[in-house]
Amino acid sequence: MSGNNTLMKVLRFIRRYTLLVIISILLAAVSVVLTLYIPILFGEMIDHIISEGNVNMSAVGEQASLILKLILLTSAATWIMNLINNRIAFQTVRDIRAIAIRRLQGLPLSYLDSRKTGDIVSAVIADVDQLSDGLLLGFTQLFTGVITILVTLYFMFRKSVPISLLVLVLTPLSLLAARYIASRSYAMFRKQSETRGKQTALIEEMIGNEKIVKAFGYEQTASERFSEINKDLQNYSQKAVFFSSITNPTTRFVNSVTYAAVACLGAFLILKGNLTVGGLTVMLSYANQYMKPFNDISSVITELQNALACASRVFAFIEEEQEIPEKPAEMAEAEGNIRIDDVSFSYDKNSSLIENFNLTAGKGMHIALVGPTGCGKTTFINLLMRFYDVDDGSISVDDTDIRDVTRHSLRKNYGMVLQDTWLKNDTVRANIAFGRPDASDEEIIKAAKEAHSWEFIRRMPQGLDTVISDDSLSQGQKQLLCITRVMLCLPPMLILDEATSSIDTRTELQIQEAFDKLMAGRTSFVVAHRLSTIRNADIILVMKDGKIIEQGNHAGLMKQNGFYRHLYESQFALIENHA
Amino acid sequence: MNKLTSHLRNYTKESILAPLFKMLEAFLDLLVPLVVAGIINNGIANNDTSLIIRQVMILVLLALISLVCSITAQYFAAKASVGFASSLRQALFDHILSFSYTELDTQGSSTLINRLTTDINQVQNGLNLALRLLLRSPFIVFGAMIMAFTIDVKCALIFLAAIPVLLAVVFGIMLVSIPLFAKVQSAADSLLSTVRENLTGVRVIRAFRKEEDEVEEFGRRNNSLTDMNLFVGRISALMNPLTYTIINIATIILIREGALQVQLGILKQGDVVALYNYMAQIIVELIKLASLIITINRSLACAGRIKDVLETEPSMKYASVSPAASDTENAVVFDHVCFTYAKAGAESLTDISFTAKKGQVTGIIGSTGSGKSSLLNLIPRFYDATSGHVLVNGADVKDWPQQELLSEIGIVPQKAVLFAGTIRDNLKWGRENATDEELMKAAELAQAKEVIEGKEGQLDYELEQNGRNLSGGQRQRLTIARALVRNPSILILDDSASALDFATDAALRKALSTLKDTTVFIVSQRASSIMHADQILVLDDGTLAGTGTHQELLASCRTYQEIYYSQFPEERKEADDVRK
Repeated sequence: MSGNNTLMKVLRFIRRYTLLVIISILLAAVSVVLTLYIPILFGEMIDHIISEGNVNMSAVGEQASLILKLILLTSAATWIMNLINNRIAFQTVRDIRAIAIRRLQGLPLSYLDSRKTGDIVSAVIADVDQLSDGLLLGFTQLFTGVITILVTLYFMFRKSVPISLLVLVLTPLSLLAARYIASRSYAMFRKQSETRGKQTALIEEMIGNEKIVKAFGYEQTASERFSEINKDLQNYSQKAVFFSSITNPTTRFVNSVTYAAVACLGAFLILKGNLTVGGLTVMLSYANQYMKPFNDISSVITELQNALACASRVFAFIEEEQEIPEKPAEMAEAEGNIRIDDVSFSYDKNSSLIENFNLTAGKGMHIALVGPTGCGKTTFINLLMRFYDVDDGSISVDDTDIRDVTRHSLRKNYGMVLQDTWLKNDTVRANIAFGRPDASDEEIIKAAKEAHSWEFIRRMPQGLDTVISDDSLSQGQKQLLCITRVMLCLPPMLILDEATSSIDTRTELQIQEAFDKLMAGRTSFVVAHRLSTIRNADIILVMKDGKIIEQGNHAGLMKQNGFYRHLYESQFALIENHA
Repeated sequence: MNKLTSHLRNYTKESILAPLFKMLEAFLDLLVPLVVAGIINNGIANNDTSLIIRQVMILVLLALISLVCSITAQYFAAKASVGFASSLRQALFDHILSFSYTELDTQGSSTLINRLTTDINQVQNGLNLALRLLLRSPFIVFGAMIMAFTIDVKCALIFLAAIPVLLAVVFGIMLVSIPLFAKVQSAADSLLSTVRENLTGVRVIRAFRKEEDEVEEFGRRNNSLTDMNLFVGRISALMNPLTYTIINIATIILIREGALQVQLGILKQGDVVALYNYMAQIIVELIKLASLIITINRSLACAGRIKDVLETEPSMKYASVSPAASDTENAVVFDHVCFTYAKAGAESLTDISFTAKKGQVTGIIGSTGSGKSSLLNLIPRFYDATSGHVLVNGADVKDWPQQELLSEIGIVPQKAVLFAGTIRDNLKWGRENATDEELMKAAELAQAKEVIEGKEGQLDYELEQNGRNLSGGQRQRLTIARALVRNPSILILDDSASALDFATDAALRKALSTLKDTTVFIVSQRASSIMHADQILVLDDGTLAGTGTHQELLASCRTYQEIYYSQFPEERKEADDVRK
């Protein structure tokens, strides 16, 4: 995406604030011109003060009241401009984020699964901030900077051509000096950040895993390794900090010399009668000010480039292709007859994963998914819930192809408990009632009792109103809440993924009872490591490396003498040995 | 701030010289308006060109000296601030390494990492700025004022009135807006966590069809952040226009007063110019001062947080002399041990007593949160028992020097953590001077030999941070090998076979059973992993629900029966049948 293109997109977002932008630009111009004009008025004021008995007091007074009015006008203009800029910037950020979060909901999971959470979060949060800071405020600064330079030059040339030429010739020197130093210190900065990166990695390892460090008595070695990097860092940092900090004195020196040169030339011009003392005062203050916008502009340009890069990330996210549009038909409350017909699917078009897979699961049947970790059991869930669409073939519920109805109406018929126990940072009540916000407390408590979560919810500080934070619950408790969440909805079809993997066996037993109740009469897909809990399934799907390699019931699969039997025996052979 | 300032002691000279040179530079800056006034009053008024040239040369000379002063100051400031930060960072790192598990639990490692990285960098920047500018700006402000007094007292009084008004406005706005900025930050954080929640929970949100609700919730937070930003913006937008107005009004009054004085012959025109210039210098410095104070404030907050960590004393004291040797048969003894985690309400272990004889295998089983890991953590004294005694090889763990106790014990933690570096580096954590043969022997016992042999370069194979380039099972086997390299007399396996398949798990247990002299503790959720232990401890909610062999417990311990039969339902049927 070209920079120009991105810029156009940003402008489209600002379009609704066109009027504000125009006012802001006008106010910026007013404020800059006045800010520069006021020193001239002060200069003229000083020119009315010549020597003893030779002071035009009434002119001084008039000048003073004019300046006062202009000062108030400038301040008002600056303030209103600031307010308007804030409004444009913050509201644009808000608008972009609102769109981003809406687009997020419609993105295909294939996109979200293949990206790091942190990258997307930073596109929606940090990059949008950067975009508004850099692009919007950057433009204001760039604009005022350019006006300042032009107006300063205009005023200077009007006052005195020779001095203006002198300043014009001398100022680039300080820019050159700054650039020279920056290029020298860059190498040191790079070394500094490399070393800092190494140090941070070591810190993360040693402090992040300090319990291990302590268990092995590794503190001394860790400290020595740290010390080595730390010394390097000290060396590079000191140079980087020093080199970069001499920019300022150097440019100031050039400015001081310019200042002296202006004073010198000015004095001679006054002697020749080509300049007044007040005029010299103005020129001196301009000579000092003239440089500032140049420095600002060079930093603003870096900022703008950075902001443009952020903007292109933001827009890449916003413009990412959404899920395939759905057909408007609604699926009615399902019976739960699922037919998988000749389905092929793969995440990566180069390697096939599921090929020509067929399965018919009647209402109320229990299907178990078995296989080593990472064998792709979640792929199956992805397809059933239509998080992903099949490449070929079809999946139908009650003889309706799931692609012919809305995703919502399909998902409404499924209850899902995933291995990854996700809960909102909200109250226990809100989390349980996630799928049925209108549920009464009685219903919630009933579901919680059935899922054996009421025991610990009851003991929490504020019961159902306790806000769940990251570490307030154990993994097992989180999983119980996820189960309660489904218990409240009672949909006709269930997907239970490793639902009991981190709950201890006693609690698991209790949950199993609850699950049996939940699963009775409901078509259920269960993923689990524990073979014993799924031995009673109607159909067992054995998966390996993402593929379904065996299919049948327990007795049949044992007879097949294949992978299932091997898996089964590797667990139970041990018992026989020791019994 | 004693714990912090002591690190500046090595840089005392630099920390004094840096601001001194900076003040010298500022002092020279203050002379400039006087020299210019000289040009106007004497040079121009008397048409004395040589005087003008001389004064201009003085200006250039002043600029040159001030350049030298400034660079010297920057050098000392860089040396002092970077040196201070480096010394502090090392001290903080070492201090954090001295924390016991209790401090680590309460502080949290991500906080500690932040202290070591971002916070120290902030302090370095703050100190560097402070050394250079903190004295300079007020010096120029007050210096300019004093210079104004030397020119004309009456005019200088205008400065005296204007400066406090300015300071009041600047600090007033800062005082109001800084706490508001903190609120804005927390609103921004909550917006960020909403986005994160939407991404991590995308499947659940879609499964429960909550997309619309999430958009609405985000919208609410988004709007409230925007409103807050606009509100704070309105206040901080006042800063520039207000200071501008005050300064310029003061300038108007100053020049009018100056005009009167010139009319009366008390002042010359050049003096008015000088006063005007001093006023301009004050503006520039005050603006710098305001932003400097914000930065320094932030650094001070960071410094405070660092200080808190440095002042947290490790809660454990270790003996320095080895305990008297005793030829006991008992490797580990728990004697009425109770244990409560710091800041926890309830006990995690209640009145635990048992004995593990040398060479015995002890299995520990129980539900999550029943106290299995807590019990294990008391053996290497990662925590101290709240009451009762833990004895290792006959001596109370509190009487052992830390390293000596640890060298007896090999630990395989629940989470298989490895470090960046070669496999050899990682295994040598167990024992620094172990030979390659010893490493491979330990690896063989840990079923990790094939893992190592399957890697290019074998022991020289480079692991990435956290051992990312290995599978969970491979990592776990290497952590077991790491513990075995130590030849420990006590081996602790904290549910460390969870990522292994059943066959490897069995092979591992078989290999471990060849270590006749090693006392082994195995924690597991799987009954099959511990049922052959010499003794099994059954934990239930922090209490010992039963001790004995598999057969004994199956006959007598209800909790053990529940656990066992939940995993082996067929055996339950058989048992039921037998009972009938």
